[in-house]
Parts: sequence; C-alpha cells; structure tokens
Amino acid sequence: MSVSGSGSGSVSGPTSGSVSGSGSVPDSVAAAEPRTGSGVTGWPRAARRARLHVVTGKGGVGKTTVAAALALALASGGKRVLLAEVEERQGIARLFDVPPLPYQERKIAVAAGGGEVRALAVDIEAALLEYFELFYNLGFAGRTLKRMGAVEFATTLAPGLRDVLLTGKIKETVTRRGSDNLPAYDAVVMDAPPTGRIATFLNVTVAMADLARRGPIRNQADGVINLLHSEDTVVHLVTLLEDMPVSETLEAIAGLKAANLPVGTIIVNAATVSHLDAASLTPAAEQRLDTERLVAGLSMAGIDAKPELVAGLAAETAHHAVRVLAEHDCRVQLAEAGVPMLELPRLVDGADLGGVYELADDLAGQGVGR
Amino acid sequence: MTAALRAVAHFDLRAILTDPSIRVVVTCGSGGVGKTTTAAAMALFAAGQGRKVAVLTIDPAKRLAQSLGLGELDNVPRRVVLPDLDDAGPDDRADGRGIDGRVTVSQERKSGELWAMMLDTRLTFDEMVQSNSSAERAAQILENPFYRTISTSFAGTQEYMAMEKLSQLAGTGEYDLIVVDTPPSRSALDFLDAPQRLGSFLDGRMIRLLTSPGRGVMRVLGAGFQLFTKAVTSVVGGQMLADAGRFVQLFENMLGGFRERAQATYDLLRSGGAAFVVVATPEPDALREASYFADRLRADLMPLAGLVLNRTHPPMADLSMAATAEAAGDLAREDPLTLAALAIHGDRLTTRAKEIKMRARFDRAHPDLAVIEVPALPFDAHDLPALRKIGTSLTRGGTAGGVQAGSVGGG
Repeated sequence: MSVSGSGSGSVSGPTSGSVSGSGSVPDSVAAAEPRTGSGVTGWPRAARRARLHVVTGKGGVGKTTVAAALALALASGGKRVLLAEVEERQGIARLFDVPPLPYQERKIAVAAGGGEVRALAVDIEAALLEYFELFYNLGFAGRTLKRMGAVEFATTLAPGLRDVLLTGKIKETVTRRGSDNLPAYDAVVMDAPPTGRIATFLNVTVAMADLARRGPIRNQADGVINLLHSEDTVVHLVTLLEDMPVSETLEAIAGLKAANLPVGTIIVNAATVSHLDAASLTPAAEQRLDTERLVAGLSMAGIDAKPELVAGLAAETAHHAVRVLAEHDCRVQLAEAGVPMLELPRLVDGADLGGVYELADDLAGQGVGR
Repeated sequence: MTAALRAVAHFDLRAILTDPSIRVVVTCGSGGVGKTTTAAAMALFAAGQGRKVAVLTIDPAKRLAQSLGLGELDNVPRRVVLPDLDDAGPDDRADGRGIDGRVTVSQERKSGELWAMMLDTRLTFDEMVQSNSSAERAAQILENPFYRTISTSFAGTQEYMAMEKLSQLAGTGEYDLIVVDTPPSRSALDFLDAPQRLGSFLDGRMIRLLTSPGRGVMRVLGAGFQLFTKAVTSVVGGQMLADAGRFVQLFENMLGGFRERAQATYDLLRSGGAAFVVVATPEPDALREASYFADRLRADLMPLAGLVLNRTHPPMADLSMAATAEAAGDLAREDPLTLAALAIHGDRLTTRAKEIKMRARFDRAHPDLAVIEVPALPFDAHDLPALRKIGTSLTRGGTAGGVQAGSVGGG
C-alpha cells in the first residue's frame, strides 16, 4: 500500500480530508456487522428447562472458562449450581485460583443476587473405589489393589467403564435431593471431555457393551441413559471462530444428533469485537484503506503522521479486518447447524477470574439464567 | 551436562533444521497452540533447504491435511507437491551456513523433498504385530476382541504408536529429517516411559492374578482379593477378562521385541541426532503445559532446543499507549476511521503488554530456555505459502532470557 504518494492511490472524495463538522458519523464505530450470520441467537427454551448442562469444546477454546461463566450466570438470583469437571485436569481450581479440588463438593463462588456455585472434580479412581466399597467392602485389599494400579487396569480393560463411572457420578448430583426433598442443585454444569470424544463419552449405551450384564454399575448406566436422553439435559458446544474448532463443532453436533443426544447451544468464545464499520471492513482487509483520511485524522489529533506510523497502523487495521471477516465466515458456517448461538467477546486483558464474571454477565445479558 | 543441553543458549532453528546430523525433530505442546502447523512449517522449510523431509502428523486440520495432500486412511508418507519451491524468496534459500558460519548444507543446490503422513494408530499397531510374530499368531491376536480395545483406546497407545512409526521411518534411512508431531495432551510425553507403561499392562501380572487365582500375591491378599476379582468381574464381565487373558498369552512373546524397539527409539531421541521443540501460545494454560513439557524433557535428559511462542501480537506501529489514548480522546467521534485504527492499535498494545508479562514470568522460571516468537497471522495457516511464512518467522533466530520480549512494544 502506498502511503507516501499522497492521494495517488487512495480514493478521494467527501470522506477524505477533514471530517470535522460532519453530522453523518455513526454513533458508534464498533461492531456493525451482524453477530451471528443468519442463525438463531439467544438462550433457547430447552436450555432454560434443563438441569444438566454439558459443556464441550475442542482443546484450547476456553471450555472450562465458559463452563464456569455459565455456572455463575445460572446461579444468579439465588440459585445453587454445581460446576463439575471430569477430566482430572483441575482446571476449575486453576481458574478460581484455589488448591486442587478434592473428591468433594466445595463452595467456590458467589453469584450475583446471592446464588452460589459449588465445584467438584470427579476422580475416576475414587469413583470406582466408591462403588467397590459400597458393594463389596474391600477394606485393606481395596487399598492394596489401588496401589497396584488395579483401577487403571479395570478401566483399561473396559474403557467404557470410565465414562459410565464419570457420567454416573454426575447423574447422582443431578438427581440428589436434600432433606426438604427438593433437588440439591438447581443446575449442574459439567466441564465435559473435548468435542472429539463427547458423543462417545455421552453414549453410555455403547459403553455398556463392555460391561457385565448385571451388577451395580450396570444399573447405574441404565439411569444415566435415561437422564442424558431426557429434557433435563442439554449439551453446549464452545468454539472459537477458527477453522478447526468450527469444523470439529459441526462434526460433534452431527455425532450428538446421531446418538439422539440433546444439543442446546453453540457458545462462540473470544470473538473479535470489530472496531470498523461494515463498509470499511473489506477495503481495510484488502489494504485499500483510505490512508489520506488516516493521515488527516492523526494530524488533527496532534500526531506527526510519519509514513512508517501510518503504514503500521494501516497494517494493523488490515490484520484486524481480515480477522473480523474470517470470523464472520465461521459464523455463517456455524449457523448452518441450526443450533441457537451465544457469543462472548475476546477479553483483551485475558481470561482470568475477573474475566469469568464479565463473561457470566455477558451470558446473563443474552438470556442465560432467566 | 551434555552438549545437547548446553546448546539451548541460542535457539537457532535454521541451524537445527539444516544440520545434517539432526535427523529427528519432535514438537510438543497442548492442544490448539499450532503444533501441527509448526511441525509442517519446519518440515517445509527444511525441504526448501534441499533436505528430504518427512513430517508425521497426528491430527491435522482438514484444510492443512488437504494442502499436504494427506488422504484419509494413509499410514505411509506421501510426497507433497511443492510447485512453488523454486519461486521461494531469497529469505527461504539455503545459504549453506549456520549461525556460526559453519557450512551445514552442501553449497551445491539440490532440490529438497517434502513427504507427509497422518498417523493411524490402529494400523500402526497392526503392522507392528504382523512384523513381530508369525502370520498365524498375528492373525489370532488381530482377531482377539480385546485387541480392538487396546489398539484404539488404551491411554498411551497413540503416543506409543507415534514413536513406533518414527522408529519405522527412521529405520528406512530414506529421510534426511523426520519432523514428528505429538498428541495434544500432557500424556504426549508418556512415550518417554511408554515401553514401561504398555509393558506393565501387557506383561499381564494383573490379568494372570485375575484369571488364574491361587498363586503369588493372591495368597497374601487372601479373601480380600477374591472379593476384588468378583468386583472386577461384575464390572467388566467374565468374557472380557477371558479375552484379555488370551490376548496377553499370545502377546507375551512379542514383548521383548517391543521393548527393544522402544528402547532404540528412546536412545535415538536422546542422542545428538534429535531436537525437541515445545510449542505454546502466550496464554496461561498453554505456558503452564509448556513448562511441564520443558521440565519433563530435561528430567529425561532429552535434547530440548527451545520454545516456539506462537501467535504473538507485536505492534506494527510505534505509538505509545498514552499517545494513542490521548489522540483518540482528541478526535472524539469526528473521525471514525482514525478512531478505529487507534482503537485497534490500543487493543494490540494491551494484548502485547499481557504477552510480555506472561513471557517474563515464563522466562524467570526457565531462564536458559531460548524462545522464538511467531507473530499471529490474521487467518488460519493451512496452505503452503502461509506455512512458508511461518517457516521464515521460525528461522529468524530466537533469544534466551527474554531479551527480545523486553525490546518490543510501545506501551
């Protein structure tokens, strides 16, 4: 792009030069492009009714952050919500900056309006031994065999066992009732395995092929199947507006639908907030930015509009515009799935704990928790 | 310590990728950081320098796979057509010299080759079984229902098979350089102890305990163990245990051979002929995983070359945060275009400041680990020109101890 040869390449006309006194400047320079292509937006009725929210997403898309924000949003207005993780990564503890969670439900955050979020890290070994203890009273032998890697052995022998145990524990928290006979939790948010594995993980029917035809775990599995295919459950897919997460999201949706599992929403995370109006995006992306206007604007603000500075700003603007347009293409692709979409902005300051509350507010603004 | 460990003082990927004595480069890092893209970009660069390179990917993005010409069920390297190899700019050309002026590539220009493949875990396992036992026994193993489970879903199988494939490819002697991608999980480095891991399961101590009670440890555990057997059987079913028992018997003879091969791969990786590259993005989670990988590699005395810090946002314009904010304030709403440009620049400075802070923290924890930063492209890199661009960024040369990070940024 030419920035030195003033006027030679760029479009001149009413927009170039001074814009002072112009009355037609848009009220805001931010986000003029549609947020979600032609798709459905907002928090659907099925999600409003559900009590188990399964959150999945490709690695690196911010699945745990979004699950935590969702739990906070659902807890607003005095609700009790459990945020549970099942991958033994201690992602919740890291996000909330607390010591590793034990196999125990712990209060971890207070939501707007007096609600509360508790957290649980489901530990596969503890869950299996819990069953064994419950039904076989292993005592000393149980501990010894644990040391010998018996639990890893059993789950290696039957990989489906792992998933049955994990979903079984989640089911227990969803169906648990307090002394007042009301559900212990208004909602349970599960930070679930990534998109590549989610359909298998939730498709307990298949996992049961690995299991004995009778016994406690088998009964448990039957209960899990009922819950996951009921109106009490929805699956949310977190994605970035990038090629690979988007195609994995679409594949996962197809897989979930094929397994008759209820898809709730697509939650787009870390979307770039456009600073350019819709009309400027394509010219900026194609490096046809009106640099004369930029020079004039900078000079007006008292900045020495040196060619390198103008070229640098134009390049950054082009980068931004290319990104915004590419993200828009991703939105259009996602919209084809016909699943309601929510969208969260990229937090320029990073997704720390403060950011989680910000995202929760954003979700609430899109209807979550109402 | 070893020469390989001291070599991290500077992270010269150009020298590594063109050094004829380096035969294997392994990338590791958490999911979504651009590990596969980095591996492909390094392989493409080395091919551009005249080497015959194979890149072994685990799970490439579809469009990247397409541009590398990877079919769905391929388990052998395929040659990638490089139509524009001859059009590459001077930046991508071999000058035949490493950073220290040592001649690393023959001055005589020969055309390189890029070969690419996507790992098929199951097929690799099948091949390994077939090449390590009689046809009859191999058939019995492949037919065992339990084999299906272990060859696809046993934790660590993918990592182990990636290394098996690497050892096969290295064994052919056909490639000057093999670039290996690893699975996107912390367990990616389990291959470092996979021979033991896979072995401890397959040597069948547990299975023998469960399927032929009455001996060994069982006597010590007595009634408690019988209860456990009953518990396991009630969970996984008797048939599964029986299949597993038969599988272990069939498999037993092959274990020795597996261990030897695994050991040979391990030795190759630890030798001066290999280099490990850890990949991360400037995000807390990715850097935490990078720390884990770096520590783990060092603990195993593996030749860790450095960290690729991917998708950074160095500012392209020299205007401080204060001046940017002031200018934006002066303009108010009079000039939306300039305001937008200033807002974009301001975001970039904020992002960059956060990146520098995170990198500084990482550098403090790993003062002698060299880092190369690769600026973010505005789009996903999935074609050869984009890979070439990344290759150029990768081979510009890195710094140790945060020198580079401190010098960039107008905030």
